[in-house]
Amino acid sequence: MSWSINTACRLPSAHATLVSALLLGVAFGASAQESQLRVPSNAVAGQAASIATTGSGSATLYLNGPSISLKRDVQLGQDLDLTGKELLAAGRYIAVICAGSCSSAGFFVAPGKPASLTFVVHPSRAPVGVNDVISGVAFPFDQFHNLVLTRAPVQFQLTPKNSAPTSHNVQSRDGVAWFRTSSGKSAGPLQVSASLNDLSARRVVQQVASDPCNLRIKGQRTAKGILVETEPVRDCSGNPVPDGTIVTFTAKNGHDVSFVDAPVKQDVARATLLASGPVVVSAASGVASGNELRIGGKE
Amino acid sequence: MKRALPIVVVIVAGTVALMFLGLSTGRSAGTVGVAAGTALPGFSAEASTPEQALNNFLSDIQRRNWDRAFSSIERTSDTLNEQAFVQEWIGWNGGLRSFSSLERFDTRPLHATNSAAQMRVRLHWTTPVGPVENVRDFKLAHRGDSWKVIWDEAPKPNVPAQIVPVNYLRWDLVSGTAGQDWGSHNVDSPNVRIISMNAVDSAEGAVVMGEVVNEDTIPAFVNVNATLVDASGSAIDDESSFDKILHVLLPKQVTPYRIDFPHVSLGKVKNVRMDVKATLVPASSDPVIGVMNQKLETDAQGHSILRGDLLNESGQTVNIPHVIASFYDNNGKVVWVSDGYVEQALLPQSTESFAVEIPQTLAGKVQSFHVVVNQYSLQAS
Repeated sequence: MSWSINTACRLPSAHATLVSALLLGVAFGASAQESQLRVPSNAVAGQAASIATTGSGSATLYLNGPSISLKRDVQLGQDLDLTGKELLAAGRYIAVICAGSCSSAGFFVAPGKPASLTFVVHPSRAPVGVNDVISGVAFPFDQFHNLVLTRAPVQFQLTPKNSAPTSHNVQSRDGVAWFRTSSGKSAGPLQVSASLNDLSARRVVQQVASDPCNLRIKGQRTAKGILVETEPVRDCSGNPVPDGTIVTFTAKNGHDVSFVDAPVKQDVARATLLASGPVVVSAASGVASGNELRIGGKE
Repeated sequence: MKRALPIVVVIVAGTVALMFLGLSTGRSAGTVGVAAGTALPGFSAEASTPEQALNNFLSDIQRRNWDRAFSSIERTSDTLNEQAFVQEWIGWNGGLRSFSSLERFDTRPLHATNSAAQMRVRLHWTTPVGPVENVRDFKLAHRGDSWKVIWDEAPKPNVPAQIVPVNYLRWDLVSGTAGQDWGSHNVDSPNVRIISMNAVDSAEGAVVMGEVVNEDTIPAFVNVNATLVDASGSAIDDESSFDKILHVLLPKQVTPYRIDFPHVSLGKVKNVRMDVKATLVPASSDPVIGVMNQKLETDAQGHSILRGDLLNESGQTVNIPHVIASFYDNNGKVVWVSDGYVEQALLPQSTESFAVEIPQTLAGKVQSFHVVVNQYSLQAS
């Protein structure tokens, strides 16, 4: 008995097209003939299956599936065993057997049990207090990376820092389960997990402070110039803005203008401005602007 | 043979006389009243005119003949030594001037008496970032039979040895170790936005400019591209902001950008397609550079300029500071973006002056401005 297995990726595309056309042509041409094949009705990806044949004598079997094209010499009247390796990909298969005339039958290989859960969460950073900003999508796959299309219960759990977790139970449809939610009021990591039976995947969304709010500054003249600093810079929900957020200090003295773009460090931005006369100092960060500070001239 | 000798002597003497005339008299070519510099090796004869004295001096500078250049000047400060004088010309601490050379110079008399003169010199430098010009005024005095350049530049004060406590922020990128699992590497690109755009025609061609803000909470490496599209929908040209942008933007930081399209007229342009790209990048918030004492002025040549001082508030030397300024009209619209490199390194806790030019046609419209400073540090690269 000779075996000839060609996977789709080994076949040149033109050759694969030709084989597929041949199989389809044979399938349609043979539809009126008496069936000589009995295909498996509940085949599962990665599991062995067999195709029963009727008649006697030798024949040639052609099998075409999502990732396989196979030709094999067989004896009619015997069961044709297909190994699990030959049925790794879920989807529709067509078997054609030719002995003088050809007959064909199609069958479906279903995905196996979920073996992995792919979980995509967007965005990786979300400002606090924004509606429907966080979304997650889970895709169950079997061990051969076939998308599991049967309905399955997926549990999404969101756990903010220092808060109780909340859960959403979703039935997957056509291999997809998803959720969408708003960001919380507090900055910090939000753990998002998806579970299906004993499978789970975890992602982290960083909830970050929104734009600065109520910027307040104070300052004093020193030997080097004018030292100005903000009070702790927070967003409107009271979260400290991330370190590195730029605060622009501006000192105006008539037509003389001085700027410093200073980063927030440990909630406070600080800068030294060189100015000898009386100045008006102000600060801005993002859309927020702060109070004005009038500092007298150097004595 | 006896008859040939006088002829040879006459030819040699004539050649020497012509060489002397050529090197000792002023240059006749070029604009009237403007003398052009030369790199020709020549003889520094006694300078009988202020132009000649300044030409000799600048030729020595150009040829890096420091001993002769230094000995030819008259110093007003005894603290100036030759090393400080040389550093004034060749730069130090990896500043832009350290990588530059004086290509040529044009001198122009401002006024002169029998005993003193003032000359204006336009110095043309070749640098790694392109040609740089500066204008400098020199005073000259008649001493004895010759003219001398008066060097009244005070040597730069030395930065005292000190310890500057630094507690700056730094962002590193960590690529996850979760293998190739789909969805496990999803750190989003920074969220940046073009907040203004304006396209104008200039003498050199079309200019697209505006501002970009980093709206995210992490640093972003930003680049802006623009494509000019004609009435038929075809692209005329596409360019990027290249160095006319502050590429690394910290959270909430705003940068101007300018994109030049040389030899393209806006009359042909129907549409401008803008594209801003932002990528995650390791970054540091140090050094903090303040921009002090900014003032809109008109310089001695009648050009409108924004002048100010850069103050390095950190403990790290900034080798090549690069100033980018956006200018706004009374509606807050960006009407121009200028940039300029500072030739001297910006030392820790020190200031260095800068000036950027505004086109004369726009100077009247400018109501306010904002300056950001790009920095190139040898330590960081």
